[in-house]
Amino acid sequence: MTTDVDLTTAVSQHFPSALPRASLDCPAFNSSAAEVAAVLKYLRDAQGFDFLTDLTAIDWTAEKSPRFTVIWHLYSSEQHRYVRVAADCTSATEPVMPSVTGLWAGADWHERECYDMFGIIFTGHPDLRRILMWDGYPYFPLRKEFPLAGLPAALPDAEISAETGAGVIAAPMAGGPFVATPGQPMSAAEPRAKDEAWNEHSEKTV
Amino acid sequence: MATDFSYPDAAAKAAAVPKEFGPEKMSLSMGPSHPSTHGVLRIQFELDGEIVTKADPVIGYLHRGDEKIAENMTYNQFVPYTDRLDYIAPLANNMAYAIAVERLAKLEVPARCQAIRVLTAEMARVSSHLMGLGAFGIDVGAWTVFMYCFEEREKLYKLFEELTGARFTTSYSRIGGLARDVPEGWIQRVDAFTDQFLPILDEVLSLLSRNKIFLDRTVGVGVIGRADAIAYGLSGPNLRGSGVANDLRKDRPYSGYEQYEFDVPVGAQGDCYDRYLCRGEEMKQSIRIIRQIVKNFPRGDWYAPDARKIFAPPKEKILTSMEELINNFMIVTEGPQMPVGEVYFEAENPKGALGFYIVSKGGGVPYRMKIRSPSFCNLSILPKLCVGNLVSDVVAILGSLDFVMGECDR
Amino acid sequence: MVTANSELTYNSKIEGDIIVTRADAAINWMRTNSMWPMPMGLACCAIELMASAASRFDIARFGAEVMRFSPRQADCMIVAGTVTYKMAPVVRRIYDQMAAPKWVIAMGACASSGGMYRSYATLQGVDRIVPVDVYVSGCPPRPEALLDALMKLQAKVKREPAASQLLHP
Repeated sequence: MTTDVDLTTAVSQHFPSALPRASLDCPAFNSSAAEVAAVLKYLRDAQGFDFLTDLTAIDWTAEKSPRFTVIWHLYSSEQHRYVRVAADCTSATEPVMPSVTGLWAGADWHERECYDMFGIIFTGHPDLRRILMWDGYPYFPLRKEFPLAGLPAALPDAEISAETGAGVIAAPMAGGPFVATPGQPMSAAEPRAKDEAWNEHSEKTV
Repeated sequence: MATDFSYPDAAAKAAAVPKEFGPEKMSLSMGPSHPSTHGVLRIQFELDGEIVTKADPVIGYLHRGDEKIAENMTYNQFVPYTDRLDYIAPLANNMAYAIAVERLAKLEVPARCQAIRVLTAEMARVSSHLMGLGAFGIDVGAWTVFMYCFEEREKLYKLFEELTGARFTTSYSRIGGLARDVPEGWIQRVDAFTDQFLPILDEVLSLLSRNKIFLDRTVGVGVIGRADAIAYGLSGPNLRGSGVANDLRKDRPYSGYEQYEFDVPVGAQGDCYDRYLCRGEEMKQSIRIIRQIVKNFPRGDWYAPDARKIFAPPKEKILTSMEELINNFMIVTEGPQMPVGEVYFEAENPKGALGFYIVSKGGGVPYRMKIRSPSFCNLSILPKLCVGNLVSDVVAILGSLDFVMGECDR
Repeated sequence: MVTANSELTYNSKIEGDIIVTRADAAINWMRTNSMWPMPMGLACCAIELMASAASRFDIARFGAEVMRFSPRQADCMIVAGTVTYKMAPVVRRIYDQMAAPKWVIAMGACASSGGMYRSYATLQGVDRIVPVDVYVSGCPPRPEALLDALMKLQAKVKREPAASQLLHP
């Protein structure tokens, strides 16, 4: 059973470009989009991390480069420990990452969710389509510039739209969410209604 | 341990069908409004008569945007949303979330708080498995099981209501502690509940465990091989039913689980019946844990007393002392102040391993929160599992997987 | 014997085996006491809906334990849970498939107004796509609250001019 230090040395011996990543709990590595599939395969086959428990992404906003980081969490059922692998997408406008559905069949749905929420394309995925939002939804919700209230769009079913006149609207936030903006003087730190201009009774005028 | 089982051979079954029935396939959409789909799940089937040749689950009908909401709320403000993930065992979700955030701050809560969390989580496990059992029973036709299970759940609801104020969407844990301490006499009432529960559980299980109809519908149906269970990232009774003896409470103990003696049931065949047996036995083991906690209930603080910037101080201090007043103000308005960093914590929830991956840039609001949902991963095996089975077997399979769409879609 | 009383009255010495009443009273009485719900159980409120159908709260006292999942056989659609934009057209389609007379109970905060999910994916109240008769507040509402809503719906139905609606559709 390799300890965390052994794992770090083993990985850096095989993959010199896989540098340790700052982590508060489990060993973590920063890899590159080109190499990450090989790193994950090595961890699964040689180090016994047989479970892919999570696959997700982080959006660091459009100003930062790289913009998207994809994170894999692996778990070893024999040694009962986790490892985190991170890789940045090279392009901010067309983020691409290799798919690991060949290594774990369960990655299928996780990658579809990443695509649905962030717009990251996983090359080699057998069937990359939206999973949580409907197929024709035009936005990627978890991107930082997408507002929590959402943007207007068409309902998934055109017939129902025509019958009821309803559509996807931006949710009336009524000034919420009520969280104080840090770093301000105490008198301004109270979470005032940030934008009371639109609520249930008055639609957003933009 | 379990060996790999092969799936019923769809091609052989199709070859056995008389030729005059022709090869046309039928497309059937099951759900999203369906009594047996346990929520809003839609499965697009391609059928060859009664046999499923392709199954494509469509989820997302309950996607409410929890992860985006988490980026805009403080850590304590997000607790009610965790209730509504696996809404059948909210106390377990509350605990998993609180521990994940406390790992960010490397905060250890006192023994009493841990004991209360484990106690409520195990009660939630009993409640969830009762629901799973009841729903599974009613899907395969056993009405009585449903009624009996729900009556027991009502007793649990009464206990939850006394403790937290709500029957099931409890929002009980806070970062660094709990919402309130246990009321007077509550522990004794929990003990009384466990005493009367075990005979009733035995009676309910006896209605199904040797019932010929139930056995016909579940034995050998929906067999998940060991390799598949690992490849698809299954967890909880679904994984253990296939022979993989993984339980986070034993393998990576958290919140004081290492002090309690309990067994983890592991199945052999990986079929629906095994998963049902696993859940039944897990309920008995949960009662065992509850009894141990009740017997040695620790005294002391129910919140971390020295977490000034994280847990709101007690009310008397807030109203009399300046520093506590300011701390309370900051915690409520800006949120519990967490350091920079990222953590991933998984808890053994009744449905499987519920994980929270939190990326913090400092401050009281997370930068990114990913909720690793056990039901999402458990459902991903459905396309493979349904093929070759009858449509009515699919109902038994869905019942045995015991997923919840609130958690799956978030 | 004609009275101004619109309730069902019966005096065996006078009427014998014949009960004379207004058509409205009789029709509404039958409708209210056998209100078959179509449980649109979407999220957590569905669990409280099931609890109200279970033995302790027993919605069967009101004649409504017949949870018909087929819209053709149901009178009242109980929207229990969060309606997302993906699910909304499905809810509307099922409402359209129900035969008149039909009523809708919006159970819970999420169905009434979107609840605490003010986000991009949640329909802010099911009354944006189906006409709602009774709103129940709560997150989730207790089974007693749902039964109270059912009783309010019954009171609403009792006031309807059922006979003239049938005669002049």
